[in-house]
Amino acid sequence: MSLEIVGITVLWTFLYGYLIVASIDFGAGFFAYYARVSKQEHIMSKLISRYLSPVWEVTNVFFVFFFVGLVGFYPDTAYYYGTALLIPGSIAIILLAIRGSFYAFGNYGSKNSSFYLFLYGATGLLIPASLSTALTISEGGFLDVKNDNVVFLAQELFTSPYSWSVVVLAIVSVLYISASFLTFYADRAEDSQSRSIMRKFSLFWSAPTILASLMVFVALREHNPVHFEKMLGLWWMFALSLLFFFIAVWFVYQQKNYGIAFIMVMLQFFFAFFGYGASHLPYILYPYITIQGSVVNEAMGTALVIVFIAGFLLLIPSLFLLMRLFLFDADYIKGKK
Amino acid sequence: MEFDSVMLSRLLTATTLLFHVIFATIGVGVPIMIAIAEFLGIKRKDPHYLLLARRWARGYTITVAVGVVTGTAIALQLSLLWPSFMQVAGQVIALPLFMETFAFFFEAIFLGIYLYTWDRFKNRWMHFLLTIPIVLGSFMSAFFITTVNAFMNTPQGFEIVNGETVNIDPLAAMFNPATPVKVFHVVASSYMTIALILAAIAAFTLLRNKGSIYHKKALRLTMISALIFTAATTFAGDLSAKFLAENQPEKLAAAEWHFETETNADLVMFGTIDENGEISNAIRIPSALSFLAGNSFDTEVIGLNEFPEDERPPLWIHYMFDLMVSIGMYSLFISGLFVLFMIVKRFNEWNKPLLWGIVASGPLAMLAVEFGWIYAEVGRQPWILRGYMKVGEAATTSTDVGVALALFIGLYAFLAFFCVTVLIKMFKNKPAEAELEQRFPKGTID
Ligand code: HDD
Ligand code: HEM
Ligand code: HEM
Repeated sequence: MSLEIVGITVLWTFLYGYLIVASIDFGAGFFAYYARVSKQEHIMSKLISRYLSPVWEVTNVFFVFFFVGLVGFYPDTAYYYGTALLIPGSIAIILLAIRGSFYAFGNYGSKNSSFYLFLYGATGLLIPASLSTALTISEGGFLDVKNDNVVFLAQELFTSPYSWSVVVLAIVSVLYISASFLTFYADRAEDSQSRSIMRKFSLFWSAPTILASLMVFVALREHNPVHFEKMLGLWWMFALSLLFFFIAVWFVYQQKNYGIAFIMVMLQFFFAFFGYGASHLPYILYPYITIQGSVVNEAMGTALVIVFIAGFLLLIPSLFLLMRLFLFDADYIKGKK
Repeated sequence: MEFDSVMLSRLLTATTLLFHVIFATIGVGVPIMIAIAEFLGIKRKDPHYLLLARRWARGYTITVAVGVVTGTAIALQLSLLWPSFMQVAGQVIALPLFMETFAFFFEAIFLGIYLYTWDRFKNRWMHFLLTIPIVLGSFMSAFFITTVNAFMNTPQGFEIVNGETVNIDPLAAMFNPATPVKVFHVVASSYMTIALILAAIAAFTLLRNKGSIYHKKALRLTMISALIFTAATTFAGDLSAKFLAENQPEKLAAAEWHFETETNADLVMFGTIDENGEISNAIRIPSALSFLAGNSFDTEVIGLNEFPEDERPPLWIHYMFDLMVSIGMYSLFISGLFVLFMIVKRFNEWNKPLLWGIVASGPLAMLAVEFGWIYAEVGRQPWILRGYMKVGEAATTSTDVGVALALFIGLYAFLAFFCVTVLIKMFKNKPAEAELEQRFPKGTID
């Protein structure tokens, strides 16, 4: 495989990882706040905090990894996105900063502050919305290059149906992924009250997820027909995604195999996400940046790949240990440790 | 001063970095102190030290959060504010930036495990072992990012031929001449700063008469550590000066208001300078600059006049340098004094003036870190990549930097306020004595 393909595959895989772990985290913030408002707090909040406390920082690193890697493998992206995205990027950073720090403040510092929890819940939905615009912009049509100056067409972005359909998809996906995971986690913890609440959420958000995906398809056909055509060429990936979706919903509906159901949700998003990504190639930013045109020099690229493999070998056992201690340790989940 | 996008970008970068570096210093320094305290606690079966480790770790969770979010901000801002720089430099120096994310991963994973497994292992040494990857991870973070900064000062590992960057050697870029000394000084000063800050907290509690044997042990431990780390920091600082004399003479010369190349150069402390380069009210130490630059009084020190005027750093960094060095000397003095009093039984190391001196040393050390960075960064002006690219060519052309600057200043004020409030609340609600009683009712660790 050529360097540029290896690079983008690695990065896309990490972005997928971030999509899953961050969705769980973002959605959990919303559910925690909901639980407070609807006075069901004692049941769910413990559960959520037991899962999130040890892992939130790891979630953030997935994100850092993605964009540091992107700029590393494709330095031109820094130039285009950097110049154009100063304000939207800054807003996303600020939201992330508020969320991350207030999670720690609320969780370790003063317990039970509704203000912290509100910030935590609200940012959980705003962040995916604002981050998803980076993907929207990559479809082209929102940047203008005039004598070497990159200009961001904010007006276009705010009035584009495509852009809004992506935002909607981002938010409902977050809630759906998160609810599916927490159903499984509640089940492991043998916490039947939380499980039944989260199960309802999971079912509730399943249909909107699929509807929103369809909307994105339709809007993309208008916005970037070239990309849309390529997606049709990869129709089987999206068909598989739909299949896994049905299996997942079926299991949750039948009230069994929550673990497998969550894996099905992961597969559903895996195929949709990689189908989208593969059909997006060779463009990183349509039509200015392609993976071939922007890839870093070979010496650096090779070094990055070597470091990646070495780093990965270091991470796998560590992540495994983390999951064993907090995710798969039944006693810990039940709150006995 | 003109507030164009270049100036505003510099201000925003400086604000974010100076804020991040507070938490980065804590991030690098606290793990080692936690590790030492936990080690002593298990080794001596002393609940006091275990509780120390545990309380430090608890405060650390708060500062880590701010460190992580501000670090994420600066990493994104590098691309947002300096797109041309990242486009060019990324070809050569992306490697350590990328490796740094693995260091973060590593540290984050083990920190998560460490914080939630205090009582989960039967054998306490197992829990202690978890400090090793954390100390290592934070050291590696500091190491990798410092190599990037070193690269900006002494770039190498590439050639520019007809405007194209060629013959790229990522390892040569990473291990550039500035790397070893810089890493040594940055890491040592982080350790020193944290030892002094933790000592300052213990000393303050003792002064308020709320202190107990627990705080006395804490103070002894942190002051001994501080003495060692301060000695290492000043030694590394001395190496840094020698490094500059050799490789970046304009930075040292600007810091010392040293214009003519000469041997037996004087060291100038503080004072003022006018437009004609006349220095008044300064303390002059004859030939000391030559000694600082090369370990002998007749070392020739290159003066600023050797450089074209538009390539000289601003002269006000003189004060940054002097303040940093003075604080280093002060810290060496105060920690040396405490340890001396501790060893010589005739003296009382708990006397009030000494304790107040220690209280002052904590915040001063953090200020020294800030002064040091301002000196190192502004001393590189006008270059962003010394000899290759000037700051003015690297900045974004966006017209919105002012808005972003305002937003981020607001964010940092907000974070600083809540961080301090939460930390104070956290420890006020649970004094050490009460926690000791609750966790170790028998007075032993098992
Ligand atoms: C507690 C903090 C602290 C203390 C007490 C000192 N320093 Fe320092 N100094 C730093 C914290 C620091 C730093 C924050 O770590 C810097 C900023 C950039 C860097 O590489 O390290 C730095 C930079 C720095 C530089 C510039 C290096 C470069 O740009 O490459 C020099 C020449 C010195 N220091 C020299 C000294 C000397 C001679 C000291 C004698 C006592 C001293 N420092 C004490
Ligand atoms: C964390 C410690 C650091 C601090 C506190 C710090 C501080 C500063 C300050 C005060 C400035 C403003 C200089 C001026 O406006 O004249 C600056 C500029 C800058 N620094 Fe650093 N710096 C740090 C490390 C780094 C590192 C590791 C990098 C690179 C990866 C870096 C990249 C830059 C850039 C791109 C600028 C803007 C260009 C310039 O003004 O020189 N800094 N920094
Ligand atoms: C341009 C300069 C810098 C950049 C781009 C940068 C980037 C980052 C990023 C992205 C994070 C968050 C990592 C996470 O998600 O866990 C972070 C945290 C951290 N940074 Fe920085 N950093 C810079 C300067 C420094 C310096 C100079 C040091 C050390 C002297 C440092 C030490 C750390 C440490 C130890 C952390 C971990 C958080 C903590 O423990 O507080 N950084 N940095």
